[in-house]
Amino acid sequence: MFENLSDKLQRAFKSLRGQGTLTEENMNEALREIRVALLEADVNFKVVKELIDHIREKASGQEVMTSLSPAEMVVKVVRDELVAILGTDTAKLKFASQPPTVVLMAGLQGSGKTTTSGKLAGWLKKGGHRPMLVSVDVYRPAAREQLKVVAKAISAHLYEGSNVEANTATVERLAKEARKEAINNGCDVLIVDTAGRLHIDEQLMEEMQSLKRLLNPQEILFVADAMTGQDAVNSAKEFHDKLSLTGVVLTKMDGDARGGAALSIRNVTGQPIKFIGIGEKYDALEPFHPDRIVSRILGMGDILSLIERAEEKLDKKKSEEFARKALSGDGFSLEDFRDQLRQVKKLGSLQSIVGMLPKIGPFAQMHQVSDKVDEKQITRVEAIINSMTSYEREHHEAINGSRRKRIARGSGTSVQEVNNLLRQYAQMRKMFKSMSKPSFAKRLAGMKLPNGM
Amino acid sequence: MIQTLFGSSDEKPEKEKRSFFDRMKQAVTRTRENLAERIDEVVSFHKEIDRDTLDDLEATLIAADLGTTTTREVLQKMREKVDRKQIGDVGELKRVLKDELLAILTTAAEKPVKSVDGEPEVILVVGVNGTGKTTTIGKLANHFRAQGKTVLLAAADTFRAAAIEQLEIWGSRTGTEVIKTKAGGDPSAVLFDALQAAKARKMDYVIVDTAGRLHNKANLMAELEKMYRTAQRIIPGAPHETLLVMDATTGQNGLQQARVFTEAAGVTGIVLTKLDGTAKGGVVVAISRELGLPVRFVGVGEKQGDLLPFNPNDFVESLFA
Repeated sequence: MFENLSDKLQRAFKSLRGQGTLTEENMNEALREIRVALLEADVNFKVVKELIDHIREKASGQEVMTSLSPAEMVVKVVRDELVAILGTDTAKLKFASQPPTVVLMAGLQGSGKTTTSGKLAGWLKKGGHRPMLVSVDVYRPAAREQLKVVAKAISAHLYEGSNVEANTATVERLAKEARKEAINNGCDVLIVDTAGRLHIDEQLMEEMQSLKRLLNPQEILFVADAMTGQDAVNSAKEFHDKLSLTGVVLTKMDGDARGGAALSIRNVTGQPIKFIGIGEKYDALEPFHPDRIVSRILGMGDILSLIERAEEKLDKKKSEEFARKALSGDGFSLEDFRDQLRQVKKLGSLQSIVGMLPKIGPFAQMHQVSDKVDEKQITRVEAIINSMTSYEREHHEAINGSRRKRIARGSGTSVQEVNNLLRQYAQMRKMFKSMSKPSFAKRLAGMKLPNGM
Repeated sequence: MIQTLFGSSDEKPEKEKRSFFDRMKQAVTRTRENLAERIDEVVSFHKEIDRDTLDDLEATLIAADLGTTTTREVLQKMREKVDRKQIGDVGELKRVLKDELLAILTTAAEKPVKSVDGEPEVILVVGVNGTGKTTTIGKLANHFRAQGKTVLLAAADTFRAAAIEQLEIWGSRTGTEVIKTKAGGDPSAVLFDALQAAKARKMDYVIVDTAGRLHNKANLMAELEKMYRTAQRIIPGAPHETLLVMDATTGQNGLQQARVFTEAAGVTGIVLTKLDGTAKGGVVVAISRELGLPVRFVGVGEKQGDLLPFNPNDFVESLFA
């Protein structure tokens, strides 16, 4: 998400590295880089200005601690500043003392309100709630049909309503009916999906206000696209002024937008970002972790998210089995190797995995390497192993010249590539085996770790 | 056919030109803080050109989402002209800035469009999620129908819930048939069927709706590439136009979107939607500058008629009006 911003900040700080003290001059250059990076990340220019002023003030006012280099010092100040804007609170929804709790979804067209409504219902269900969904988007063609399909997919309650006409009266009637229906069905949360609207559309903003009066919602969530540019402040401010938002959902965070809108929206509304949308599947909703995202912005990586993803996607039993075999005297077979490849593929592209690692210390080189790695290479290796017989996969030493030729033909590769794979496989086997010997632990302990930031 | 549609404004009747201009103006000036007013503000405030003038102009362009690179380049040129005394007063800056932006957009718009002979013209509509692809297709269908053309719609967004139903409603609004499959079906298969049908029935246009996809999802982009190849196989030269639908609120990520979608599906032009809000859509200037991609249409509302052919001149004019 924020890789590119990380790059730039990293570069800015590099120019500071190796210099003994923070001078007005060398800090200015870093601040200029930070400014450009934040602007390119779509943080609103007014917010950027505020931010830069704060950082300048704080960095030059503070004495450089002896334990930190000037670069680390600036990183710390920037980090603290971004955390201060984003806040440290994670996702929590307010619930009504007297159910049903009403959650009103608001936002521009195409920000992802309907999908998010479904995801939120799914999230609540997991938490033991009984949510009911209702769409009061009577304007966009098939909008209500869309929510119906979503509700069915996650088996959530839906109030459909009837005699739907495209006017405010219908919107209000549907909302009232849905609330009643929620009570009758014993649903404790009612999620109201609304039509996308422009913040300058007075008539539709009034409709939103009347919905608010009618339903007295505990939560009014502003659904915003992570790709939004400078205009994010205008729409967020207008929605907040008219409706007093209680939180924000930032969607499409699985894209590669740098997401500076998060800083802008938080800054103008003062409301916390409660969730982020990270995919098209209905469980792709995560609580927002400001600290993680700030770490990411600053090139400190998002290792926590990577671990979470790994835990979710990887087959733990298989991995343990692999580790046991690899370390044992027999070593792992090509069959096991293929299983591992498939597991890694499940985590996503190599670049997205490496992107979550810090860009500093031991990981810096991996970032450079990952740009050059051909993702298709993994597919080719898999194809080569697929073209082997199961006997060959278990007994790699039996793969002679004519077998190699056959495997190359079968996988659409060359004998050379087959040779390469077999060589690498043999090396890995050896390496893993040596890891199980006590001498390896000794060697590891003796290794010097690079000095990271 | 497409040449007249996307062609230069000289060929258009005077009346249409004015109404286009007025509506563009209406769409863009709806905001209190639009670029033009802000430039005027800047211009009238500073009589003599100094550092602050250029700083303020920079903020104005950045706020319009032109991005730091484009802004820096444009302002650098102005700064040089100021240094060489080619610009004497602040009032002139406005004209020079306008010319500069216009030059970028016009160069892109001069890109030739693939010609079509005797076959249905295939328009592939692509973009990230939620930019307004389906709505744009409804408006495009209306646009061509109004010219007396025959249009077939292909519902190749088989992924998003109720996307097919949404396109069908647009089909019935515009009197256009929709070729579809069931939800979750193979989008390339729908495309195949639609192109075969359009060929057999000698339709003028086939507009293909595709599922919204984030450009960093390799498998989804591969699916799009496959659709592109499928179209080529059935009708040589197809798709004749690949329109990238982009939301005017999009920030600098728009540039990356344009790059990757062009790689996968040979984007030939942009439709800038939701220009009736306060967002300026300035990222298209950056896209035109870097990738030479022209803007073909702008979306200014939710109704059928709220799609206007893009004209760089009018676009810049309306920003400064």
